[in-house]
Order: sequence, then structure tokens, then C-alpha cells
Amino acid sequence: MNWRQPHTGGMVMLLAVMAVLPLFLDNSFQYEIAIKVALNAAVCVGLNLLIGYTGQISLGHAGFFALGAYSSAILTDRYGLPPMAAMLTGALGVGLLSFIIARPILKLKGHYLAMGTLGMGVIISIVLNQEADFTGGPDGMSVAALTIFGWEPVTEFQWYWIAVGFLALCVWLSLNLINSPVGRALRAVHGSEIAARTMGIDTTHYKVLVFVVSAVMACLAGSLFAHYNGYITPSKADFFYSIELVTMVVLGGMASTFGAVIGAVVLTVVPQVLTVFENYEMMVFGGVLMGMIIFMHKGLLPTLSEFIGKRFHEPDKR
Amino acid sequence: MLAEFLQYLISGVTVGAIYGLVGIGFSIIYNSSQVINFTQGEFVMIGGMATVSLISAGVPMPLAMLGAVALATIVGVALEKFCIEPSRNAPVVTLIIITIGASIFLRGTAEVLWDRNFHSLVPISGDNPIDIAGAKLLPQSIWIVGSLMVIVCGLWLFFNRTLLGKAMLATSYNRLAAQLVGIEVRNILLLSFVLSSTLGAVAGILIAPISMTYSTVGVMLGLKGFSAAIVGGLGNPMGAILGGLIVGIAEAMTAGYISSAYKDAVAFIIILAVLFFMPNGLFGRKVVEKV
Repeated sequence: MNWRQPHTGGMVMLLAVMAVLPLFLDNSFQYEIAIKVALNAAVCVGLNLLIGYTGQISLGHAGFFALGAYSSAILTDRYGLPPMAAMLTGALGVGLLSFIIARPILKLKGHYLAMGTLGMGVIISIVLNQEADFTGGPDGMSVAALTIFGWEPVTEFQWYWIAVGFLALCVWLSLNLINSPVGRALRAVHGSEIAARTMGIDTTHYKVLVFVVSAVMACLAGSLFAHYNGYITPSKADFFYSIELVTMVVLGGMASTFGAVIGAVVLTVVPQVLTVFENYEMMVFGGVLMGMIIFMHKGLLPTLSEFIGKRFHEPDKR
Repeated sequence: MLAEFLQYLISGVTVGAIYGLVGIGFSIIYNSSQVINFTQGEFVMIGGMATVSLISAGVPMPLAMLGAVALATIVGVALEKFCIEPSRNAPVVTLIIITIGASIFLRGTAEVLWDRNFHSLVPISGDNPIDIAGAKLLPQSIWIVGSLMVIVCGLWLFFNRTLLGKAMLATSYNRLAAQLVGIEVRNILLLSFVLSSTLGAVAGILIAPISMTYSTVGVMLGLKGFSAAIVGGLGNPMGAILGGLIVGIAEAMTAGYISSAYKDAVAFIIILAVLFFMPNGLFGRKVVEKV
């Protein structure tokens, strides 16, 4: 299992997959899925820092995603800001918001934290639905095209590189964070918050930090999604989307950055495949999800690497 | 003025009682397994939808209700046997995701088996409202509050007067110690699913005449039930009832006096406010974190 240990190996592999993938994508529909996978994965990488490493659950991250998407949409449309400026303003705003609510919310533990974050997400979603003058209400609103210093990505191919580039950046950031003193502090919080505190770790500080980082990642992914899609509805702030994100993290394997990416790939692609089941789609999806987690508690990547480890590296193991 | 207030209070207590019933289900399962069972809302849906479909198949109403409760209970038992028990050693988040998967599966199955339409159920004793100081009280509301009282009394007797109920409480206080004094903890877990699914289905049947029943009815009701359980303090079934009433009444008052669009938001704002000041809910046990 050592191939994962020096994280550079995994990073190189991820970049290689990203570079080779376009050779296998031959229509815009497949590109569209790839782009959505990359953006979901970016959110999951951030969320995994919070859930997988720090052990703090959030059932409200769709709210941050939607805030990013809507701030891009509203600031460019209603206030004429250039897209990049709107995106940064949104990220700054969400960073500030998450910083303010992080302290009271992260005081909660376990299921109470789940409820607190869930409530936060639901409130964001209701506001987006109701303030129709700004957001267009449940019907949503259109979003201006993205321009990066005058360059406007138009083809799916160009968008693919923006999305995977953003994902690579998030993965790189996450890996660096985990392998730093901050990462060790986060894992200490996960192990036992009291023990961490007695060792002199300012646990509140680190919990707030990782909450803000994950919120801003979700927010930026939301901005990119809004520009790419050209249209945004409040459904992206939905409780279900929050659940979907958490499910991706758990399915991929908690406390594994690449696991989060794989979880996002599986849960974004599977529903596309399942459309062949038409009416039975939801039933099959629920069944598949249940089955996968019942048989692989630790998630896809850890189970898989354990299996490979057993098969091929038998002598090295204990 | 008074009539208006009374009207909001009545509707608040009615939905609050339902939230409380759903909330008890969350609390009972949480007590025996530390799991938040997100399929709780689906038991509510099965209760309502199965009753509707049995009645339309010609089964008399009381039998249809019993059949629906039985079906929900069977689903609850199957869920425990095939999903929760094989994964007992998995982390709690994983168990939560399993119940979420199960709830998606059940919703999907309901849409295939029944349909996606809205159905209404005939109220148990007609829909001629009773006039109280100008406010209208539907007979169904009396049924709902009455059933809640019967269930609360029944649960109180069960937990305080029967050996099985005490065994359940003991398990929730300390699982290992309970096992050591000879309590079959696995059966307790199964029993908690039986109780919760039954209560959920009863809630679903009772609320159907007022707010219709459909395949996704369990989503919001499940969330509100969860809120009720949290506000009252997780693991405290009676707290869940009070939590449900608080959420229900707050919602009805907001809808009446402030804005009906924001009634759901206000419910959640109250929950956040309660949690910020009392991180373990109103009546939650103090949790001592051990190192």
C-alpha cells in the first residue's frame, strides 16, 4: 500500500489520468459529465478535509456551492462585475460567512453538528428560493459567460481543462495541508478532541480553518459550475445535493483525498448509466448505494488498495 | 384576533404532534444504535401510501391501516436485518449513509409500486370542523393529538413498567454493561426498528387526510422529525414530543403572522438558536467525552 504514501505518486497518477482522458471522450455529452465529475470532486476533496480528516460532519455544503454559483450569477448580471472579480468576491464573502458561523456551529458535536449544518443549508436554500427579485426564485437565472483576462472558454474541451485544473489545484492544496503540521493537528482532533487540546492544540482554530477552506472550495466550484452551465437554479442548494456530496466522500473512502475523487466519479457517472432503467432508476441507485457501502465499509479506495495489497504484496504484510 | 391565534395554535399543535411522533422514532433507534435513521420519513410515506392503495383495492379502512402499519414494520425489520446488522462495526457516518441509500431505494420502490401522484385519505371521523371561539378544529386533529397521548402513555408504561422496556433503556445507557447482565442487545436493536417503523407508519396514516400523501412526503416530515428529536435532546423520546410541538407551533405562527414562505426557515432558525445556547438540545443528556 506504499504507492499512496508519498503523495506525489497519487498526484502524478491523477494528472496522467486527466491528461489521457480526453482521448477517450468523443462527444460533448461525455465531456459534460467529465466536467461535472471534476467540479463535484473538487467540492468532495474540501469536504473530505472536514469529514474524513477532522471528523466534523457537514450536511450543508451544497449551500456554499450554491452561494458561489449565485454570487457569480448575481454580481455579473445585476452589478456588471467581471466574472473573475465576481468569483473572488463570492469566495471572499463565503469565506467570511463560514468564518462567522464556524465558531458557534463547530461547538456542536456529532449528530447535533449534522443538524446544525443541515439547518444552515436549508436556510440558504429557502432564501435563494424566496428572494426571487435577486435570484429568479425556483426558476433560477441565467449566468454570463466566463472570461479570464479577456479569454472566453467556449468549447467543452477548454472547459474540461479549467475544471480538471481546478480539481488538481484543490487536490494539491489538500495533500499539502494534510502533510503539514495543520494536517497532523486535524487528525489529532479527529482522534480525540480533548486529548488534542491537552497537548496544546488550539482545536477550535483548526476546526474553523478547515471549515472555511472547505466552504471556499465548494464556493469556487459553484462559481465555475454556474459559468459553465450558463444557468443556475436553487436545486443546487438542496439538502439532497449536500447528502450526495457527503455520500461521495464516504463511498470513496474517508480520510483519503483520492478516495473523495473516486467517490465523486462513481456517484456522478452511475446515475448517468442508470438512466437506462428509466422508472426504476431511483430504486436501482438506492440499492447500488446501499450495497456498495454495506459490503465496503471503509469506502471504495481503501477496500480496493487493501485487496490489491493482499494480492500482490503478501510477503511485505505483517 | 383570538380566533386567529387559536387557529394557528391548533394547526401548530396538529403538525407538531406528527413531528413529535416521527421524532420519537429517531430517538428510539438512536438510543439503541447511535444511528440517525434517515429512513424514518419513508416509514411515514409507506404508512400513508399503503393505506391509500389498500383502500382503493377494496380493503375496509381499519384493515387497510393495520395492513399499512404491518408493511412498514416488515420493512423496518428487513432494514435492520439486512442493512444495519451486517454493518454494526462500521463508523456512524457510514451507517447514516446506508440509511440514506435505503431511503432512496424505498422512495424509488414506492414510485414504481404505486405512483408519483398526490393522494388524499378520508378523515377517520368526517371533516365537519368543530367551532372553538371562532377557530375551526378538524376532527382529524383530535385523532392526531389523542393518538399521540395514547402512544406517549403506552411508551411511558413500556419503558418504566416492563422488563423489555427497561432492558431497552439499559442498553441505551450502556450497551456493554447491558450485555453483561444478560440483555440480548441484538434483539433490542431489532425491537427499536419495529417500534420506530410502527410509529412512523401511524404518523403517516394520521397526517394523510390533512396534508395528502405522496412518494416524497417523507423527506420534509423526516427532516422535521429529526429537528424535533434534536431540539428535545436526542435519545429522549418525551423530549422529541415537546421538540415537535415547539417546531410545529413556531412554524404555524410564522406562517400566520410573518410569512408562509419562510415558515420552514424559521423552524430551522429556532433549532440553530436552541443548539447555539444548549448544544445538547433542551432535555439532552450531558455527554461526557472520554479520552
